[in-house]
Amino acid sequence: MFDFDATVLARIQFAFTVSFHIIFPAITIGLATYLAVLEGLWLKTNNQIYQQLYQFWVKIFAINFGMGVVSGIVMAYQFGTHWSGFSAFAGSVTGPLLTYEVLTAFFLEAGFLGVMLFGQNKVGKKLHFFATCMVATGTVISTFWILASNSWMHTPQGFEIIDNRVVPIDWWQIVFNPSFPYRLTHMTVAAFLSSAFFVGASAAWQLLKGNDTPAIRKMLSMAMWMALIVAPLQAVIGDFHGLNTLEYQPVKIAAMEGHWRNEGNEPTPLILFAMPDMDKQTNHFSLEIPGLASLILKHDITKQVPALTEFPAEDWPNVPLVFWSFRVMVGLGVLMILAGVWSLYLRRKQTLYSNRLFLRLVLLLGPAGLIATLAGWFTTELGRQPWVIQGLMRTQDAVSSHSVTHLSLSLMMFVICYFGIFGVGYRYMMRLISKGPVSQGIEHHG
Amino acid sequence: MEFDLPLIWFGIIIFATLMYIVMDGFDLGIGILFPFIHDEDDRDVMVNTVAPVWDGNETWLVLGGASLLGAFPLAYAIVLEALTIPLLIMLLALIFRGVAFEFRFKSSAETKPFWDKAFMFGSIIATFAQGVVLGAFISGVSVDGQRFSGSSFDWLSPFSLFCGFGLMLAYALLGATWLVKKCTGTLKTTMQQLAKVLAICLLMTIGIVSLWTPFVQPNIALRWFSLPNLFYFAPVPLLVLLCTKALIRALNTEDDYRPFLLTLALIFLGFSGLGISIWPHIIPPTISLWQAAAPESSLGFMLIGALMIIPLILAYTFWSYYVFRGKVTKDAGYH
Ligand code: HDD
Ligand code: HEM
Ligand code: HEM
Repeated sequence: MFDFDATVLARIQFAFTVSFHIIFPAITIGLATYLAVLEGLWLKTNNQIYQQLYQFWVKIFAINFGMGVVSGIVMAYQFGTHWSGFSAFAGSVTGPLLTYEVLTAFFLEAGFLGVMLFGQNKVGKKLHFFATCMVATGTVISTFWILASNSWMHTPQGFEIIDNRVVPIDWWQIVFNPSFPYRLTHMTVAAFLSSAFFVGASAAWQLLKGNDTPAIRKMLSMAMWMALIVAPLQAVIGDFHGLNTLEYQPVKIAAMEGHWRNEGNEPTPLILFAMPDMDKQTNHFSLEIPGLASLILKHDITKQVPALTEFPAEDWPNVPLVFWSFRVMVGLGVLMILAGVWSLYLRRKQTLYSNRLFLRLVLLLGPAGLIATLAGWFTTELGRQPWVIQGLMRTQDAVSSHSVTHLSLSLMMFVICYFGIFGVGYRYMMRLISKGPVSQGIEHHG
Repeated sequence: MEFDLPLIWFGIIIFATLMYIVMDGFDLGIGILFPFIHDEDDRDVMVNTVAPVWDGNETWLVLGGASLLGAFPLAYAIVLEALTIPLLIMLLALIFRGVAFEFRFKSSAETKPFWDKAFMFGSIIATFAQGVVLGAFISGVSVDGQRFSGSSFDWLSPFSLFCGFGLMLAYALLGATWLVKKCTGTLKTTMQQLAKVLAICLLMTIGIVSLWTPFVQPNIALRWFSLPNLFYFAPVPLLVLLCTKALIRALNTEDDYRPFLLTLALIFLGFSGLGISIWPHIIPPTISLWQAAAPESSLGFMLIGALMIIPLILAYTFWSYYVFRGKVTKDAGYH
């Protein structure tokens, strides 16, 4: 299946480093907003609980943010070192977007981060709150630009090709390309959900250990409200996203659905489970609901969804991977919705903080947001293959001309260093979380 | 009026690089100085002087990379591909030292020495790799049409390694004079002593690099030693000498600010020599900045943002430094 040529190795390295990277932003974006809300509530109500929670989460935020920054810088340089063909061809579009991200987001985050983390005693409360808000705003602006760039690679428009490179014509069209609104909202909500379950699981852990304080209850309560409201919203956005993809990247949808061919006038079934086989161009062990895919994607039970065999095989992505990562994402999304609904039920029965089965489920769902985010990205990005820019540039033309040895060595270095460093970082985060929020104000590092 | 957009962007990228060298220079320098300071509390003070600002400093590196991609995609593609190995080493080293800021304070007593070393070696290796990148860049990159045509190890030469060594001295001097400004007591006096030695070493290194550069690139020699140019460049070495002398004099006084400012001037002079050497190429020695420039529509779009936002960035960066102004002492560690 894999012959490890240079392109494959460069792809694995990109996928590996960006997957590590996105774990941190997903939490940074959510936590920054959460911290801004906590501090705002504290300023408004003067309730000590909010200050306790702020002091607690800001430390975890600091570690996570640091890891996000250093893993992000690798991404920004990797476009040149490993994807020089892509950069030379499309840098005129992705470069300005990345530059805007640096100017409007990265500097804002970094500039106010110092005051947010170390300035409690140096500036007034209002100014400190302002700094927190600026960091949170920065993370959202960052999402805006990077997703504009990424969405453009899926649904490019607003350009001409002159002398074998992309020449931007209309920046409005480039930024607000067809898939951008869906991807921006879907990813932002994914970050909020990831953080909600991260926070919720921390609270559930404490409650299961018998550490039942008002601050910890507040944590769980806020997280579950978030899950209740936002998880269903995510499913709706995801549905719209899928409709958009059907219009612009029908092959990707066919792969996500494991849909090989249309027979006669038979409407397209929704496949719940199957083992797609690319050689035989069929599914094994498939469990399907007749007509449901037609209903979801066409909103009409009689219309067919385009099938893989209607497109040349050289334009197919890796079907099993796309098929399965999509199911992992949606499956976790459904679990999150259920957890949200259950929390509402328990709230009414007043057992939200004591139902151990529920608390165990929330603890288990702690990494669910992050896993779903990764699975979603794998669906999107693998589903675009073999194109790096849909319809414009093939991935194999994008890659730098490094040797296989060179790429294997650098991949190995990244794997070792990332697991080592970020593994330790996660341990420190877990250690802080296991201590739980404490009631006194500012404290010193030990 | 017609604007020469590629030229303006060349200027902005030089500015971003210079900002990076100056700002991240002193905080990398602090890691380079770790081997000379063994006291744990002193090390904490050193790290605390930059903890609130290091992230913003490093962002200038990202701006340099991103605007190179946007304004000169061809240069970004070719130069980065050619320099992949030293760049990857730099990135990994920056990861080690970047996380060490947080990890040093979150770790237990047994693992703290490990993160101290990560901070120290990370800073040293990242700096060395940056110097190698600079040196290899000046030496030139082989290009065939639109693609890099050299080999993975073209960057490795005695000249580039020497530049790596030189940049370490420069950053260490920036770090030492920064600490003179931010510290008190024995730490300050130690830094004053160290800075004097570093200043002399740096002076010699600048001299050697300046004599060596014309030999690695015949074009550069041509530019330096042709007549009207020689006349313009002549003041630069003189100013370098004067600066070093004033710096050493300032280090013998109790003055807090002057050593750091004079070091900045010294770095600025050294850097201008580099600019003169590569001008007007963005991929020395063959591809000019106009040949590698992105389409006007990209350059114009970026310029609007840059002109509006960079002043704002400078303003709040300055504010953040202002909030954390003054001396950092052991008991007032605000981490
Ligand atoms: C959905 C949001 C998102 C996505 C898809 C990405 N990032 Fe990211 N990135 C962020 C959201 C973010 C952030 C929230 O803004 C970070 C995370 C932690 C942080 O400190 O800022 C960040 C940090 C960060 C930094 C360091 C910024 C600094 O110096 O402060 C760089 C250079 C990048 N990213 C570059 C990239 C590239 C080239 C990506 C594409 C492959 C990418 N990021 C994907
Ligand atoms: C942060 C979340 C992201 C994740 C988890 C992610 C995931 C992936 C994965 C798994 C691949 C490998 C696909 C393959 O080669 O088979 C890939 C490729 C790629 N992605 Fe993304 N991606 C993310 C964001 C982005 C963004 C924001 C951009 C652009 C600005 C981007 C640009 C690319 C490029 C250039 C490649 C390499 C070429 C390719 O293999 O297609 N990615 N990504
Ligand atoms: C429950 C129902 C969900 C549906 C129907 C859904 C739908 C989709 C679809 C169709 C895509 C592919 C977009 C493309 O074609 O390029 C996608 C991508 C993605 N999904 Fe979901 N999703 C759901 C839940 C979730 C959850 C719970 C998360 C994370 C918490 C998540 C995170 C993502 C991410 C990060 C991407 C990649 C970025 C993007 O293209 O938007 N999704 N989703």
